[in-house]
Amino acid sequence: MSAPSDSDNPNGSAATLPNGPGAAAILAAGVGSAMLGILALASDASPAIKSVLSFYSPAGALSGVTTIAIVVWLVTWLLLFQLWRNKEVALSRVNLAALAMLGVGFLLTFPPFMDLLQGK
Amino acid sequence: MEITSRDLLTVMHGMGFGALFMLAFSGALVELYRVSTPGPPFSMSSREHGLLRLYLGVMVVLAWLTVFSGAYLVYPWYRATPPAGLTDLSGFPRALLLSSPRTSEWHNLGMEWKEHVSWLAPIAMTMVAYVALTYGRGIVQHRQLRIAVLTFAIAAFAATGVAGAFGAFLNKIAPVHGGTPITLMEGER
Repeated sequence: MSAPSDSDNPNGSAATLPNGPGAAAILAAGVGSAMLGILALASDASPAIKSVLSFYSPAGALSGVTTIAIVVWLVTWLLLFQLWRNKEVALSRVNLAALAMLGVGFLLTFPPFMDLLQGK
Repeated sequence: MEITSRDLLTVMHGMGFGALFMLAFSGALVELYRVSTPGPPFSMSSREHGLLRLYLGVMVVLAWLTVFSGAYLVYPWYRATPPAGLTDLSGFPRALLLSSPRTSEWHNLGMEWKEHVSWLAPIAMTMVAYVALTYGRGIVQHRQLRIAVLTFAIAAFAATGVAGAFGAFLNKIAPVHGGTPITLMEGER
């Protein structure tokens, strides 16, 4: 992914950049965070999913949870970047979605909340 | 002065990568705030911009080194299953913690939370570095970008704080031991 750079004029030429590339990175980070939480919960709730996610058995399901979350994050980023690279997007909505997903990531990785959702 | 290979790698994971990443946050947050806060125009030289690029770049590398070394080097030693009938569980931290109700929550809450939440930090920090370096001082024109960058940077700091604090406690209560002894220095006696 080639990042537009303002290194040639760091004092402000980037002000003319559309917000699309930034929005793509922000929303993708939210998606990656939420995916991490969702997969952590799924592996905790289901022995079958936990087994499937054990890509590297010494590290257990953590290896699959994090690998898939990273792949989803990067693919999302790439797709959104291609879609928005030259566009202005509604950043307040993107931010709201990204921060909500970041919150989901935090909540679903917190064991007491995981247990609450599973009725443990 | 002797240390085992596992002790050394655990120290590198926690102190070498994780603590350094954590320490770098204060500088990063101040600089990100300074760069992104609207106010009188100030000039950021190419050298300053290069330094910010290097600083954030090193932080991103440290963040990823911390989580990968934790998950793929230290964690397998932590969660190794002891042979049946073994009574001395000191070489098997997870089993040792779970063997007593007085320590089991260090695993059930501490490690279970730490092992997942820590991965939010490199994802967030990579985004923060990308946006900050792509837009540079121009970020003052994008209020929503500033909000996202600073919020995700604080979230990364919080995730690292949780992981680092539990890592320190866990390594105190049920440390990872074993591996090849490495002699750093010979004593006189």
